Amino acid sequence: MKHTLAALVENHPGVLNRVASLFRRRGFNIESLAVGTTEQEGISRMTFVVEGDSNVGEQVEKQLYKLIDVLKVSDLSREESIVREIALIKVRSEKNNRRDILDLVEIFRAQAVDITEYSVVIQLVAHPETVDSLLENLTAYSIIEMVRTGRIAMLRGPQAISAPTTEPIELARFHQASGRRPVGELPYVSE
Amino acid sequence: MNKITGADIVLESLKKIGIDTVFGYPGGVVLPLYDRWPSHPEVRHILVRHEQGAGHAAEGYAKASGKLGCALATSGPGATNLVTAITDAMMDSIPVLFITGNVARNLLGKDGFQEADITGITMPITKHNYLVMRAEDIAPTFAEAAYIATTGRPGPVHIDIPKDVFIEETVFEWPEQISIRGYNPFPSVNEEEIKTATQLIRRAERPIIFAGHGIIQADASKELIEFAEKSGTPVLNTLLGLGSIPQDHVLSYGMMGMHGSYWANHAASNADLIIGLGMRMDDRALGRFADLNPTANVIHVDIDPAEHNKNIIATTPIVGNVRDVLKILMAQFEPLSHIDWIRWIDELRRDHKDSFKVPDVNELTPQYIESRIAEKIGNEGVVVTGVGQHQMWAAQIMNISRPRQLITSGGLGTMGFEVPAALGAQVAEPERTVWAICGDGGFQMTNQEIATMIDENLPVKMAIMNNGFLGMVRQWQELFYDNNYVSVNMSQPDFVKLGEAYGIKSLRVNDKSEVDNAIIEANAHSGPVLIDFQVEAEGNVWPMVPAGASLNETVETSEQVKAL
Repeated sequence: MKHTLAALVENHPGVLNRVASLFRRRGFNIESLAVGTTEQEGISRMTFVVEGDSNVGEQVEKQLYKLIDVLKVSDLSREESIVREIALIKVRSEKNNRRDILDLVEIFRAQAVDITEYSVVIQLVAHPETVDSLLENLTAYSIIEMVRTGRIAMLRGPQAISAPTTEPIELARFHQASGRRPVGELPYVSE
Repeated sequence: MNKITGADIVLESLKKIGIDTVFGYPGGVVLPLYDRWPSHPEVRHILVRHEQGAGHAAEGYAKASGKLGCALATSGPGATNLVTAITDAMMDSIPVLFITGNVARNLLGKDGFQEADITGITMPITKHNYLVMRAEDIAPTFAEAAYIATTGRPGPVHIDIPKDVFIEETVFEWPEQISIRGYNPFPSVNEEEIKTATQLIRRAERPIIFAGHGIIQADASKELIEFAEKSGTPVLNTLLGLGSIPQDHVLSYGMMGMHGSYWANHAASNADLIIGLGMRMDDRALGRFADLNPTANVIHVDIDPAEHNKNIIATTPIVGNVRDVLKILMAQFEPLSHIDWIRWIDELRRDHKDSFKVPDVNELTPQYIESRIAEKIGNEGVVVTGVGQHQMWAAQIMNISRPRQLITSGGLGTMGFEVPAALGAQVAEPERTVWAICGDGGFQMTNQEIATMIDENLPVKMAIMNNGFLGMVRQWQELFYDNNYVSVNMSQPDFVKLGEAYGIKSLRVNDKSEVDNAIIEANAHSGPVLIDFQVEAEGNVWPMVPAGASLNETVETSEQVKAL
């Protein structure tokens, strides 16, 4: 089973390293990873695809939360979401097959973004399975080069993934003269 | 406001946090920090002999006191020498602040002299880490680091500071408040889970508690005992949970796990409700997960949600501070009792006592020595161990009954932990008698810290269980590798001469009859003492759960292992 997870993270140096290191260490297999900025300054969004059973999905989520720089994690595969990926595919093409290739471009609602005497560069923005399907159709031709972004995803409907806000905590409560952890005086629970 | 140097800000920040002792070792890039130290006498600096010693001493300090420990090292090799201690603190959730210097900012990434990418190295072995690039970031970073290290599930936090940041001058402003949006160490307890847990507790016929390190970390020993009494539930301890309930308590059934008692392991396997409290369902405590007890319901209380369903699927996972959760849970039910179940465990205990007691033999055994030390220092003493056979016997035999009485490396299993950790524990608890129970192997990894004990006047008592073997490795080679002893029989220096070379009182004991006197003499001496106990060479720790076996496959003799 594939899990598509979105994580909002602090845009701090080393965050990608922390996340990648966590996946490596815990043996989670990342199939795809995409990172970019968000509508909020200082927050980046990472989208992962991880292979594993539901327990793996749960562990990935919980382990990610242990990283201080990770603000919010959502498993988008649990809900209705839009999943997209961009692919750029450079195909060898001459006069005799250019029309066929451009037909495929049209059928897949892709775009030919660069055409020369010997090549066509196809751009496709689509669900990863659609990208796979186009690639399969293009195997009849000679693919010179291909690059994919890794998938990004967003929930359908009005709800959004947003970073939590936290109430500031008075430091004096923690760093008392003794340095001892003042357990029992903390607002662990509202009883 | 006056500007002060980054070095001064580091020391002022330590005072604000409440750190009174730093275990450290100087070097090139931390020279600006050391240069300012004489102006901050409130922060005691203890000069160790190896950075690993600084790290373990800070752990020992933190474990003995419950306070935040602190260790300091220079860049490059100084920093990498801390790595074992940092990992140890991570595995055992010990709050320690690790500070390292690094090369100046313009040299970072240029492979200059003594540069190591130490934040890259410590990333997976810390709760969080920082590279501080501006002097004005020092105070907020220290405030955040101490908050993170001591709240929630405690752990090590590392701060790396380039040399010129120590020199840079800025105004010292200590933050009043803290707000880290990606970190909430005070989760509210889920009421639904409490309801389900209450039903499970009310319904259970054979409940059992696994009490772990979290009980001690959360100061929840009192609540544990009240909860056990009210619910009539027997209590087993993990290695690090020892001390959370007195051994002589009627519901205390001692340690479970690989070298836990026969009755504890069978009780764990036969319970119909497992209540894990502040423990992480580790393989050394639980044996083969799949066969621990597949039919039991599991209530798993831990502050770290990632521990739930990691090794064992919990029927009811409860995220929260174990102390608060116990208080809430206790209020949900009327007193319960499980007489038949307890009688069943008591019978097992009666029938299998022999494998867990001090062997009645003429040879000098570590079990005998450790039982005598425990007897002489009582529960107010502190026992620090290394890792291996002597550690397991200490856990079995030394009657650990007070939180923070036993200080040992559990998760990482770090040989050489004992001497520096005992030193740190003695700093934290100057009034208590601190005994380091050492293996002859581990002792040789870190014994240079004896010099630190002398400098700092720390009267640690060191008992070397000298069998001339790496005992636990030898035991495995004997039992599981057909007696094929490879690289376990090691030559030793004359430990008494070694101790004397350091200038400390040093004794050798060959015979059972000399044990008590040696312990009494050591306790009466005002300085550090080393005792070389020449113990039997090939004793084995029993009972034992062979690696990869389940708890109900606990064996008590070599013959049983061979029959497997």
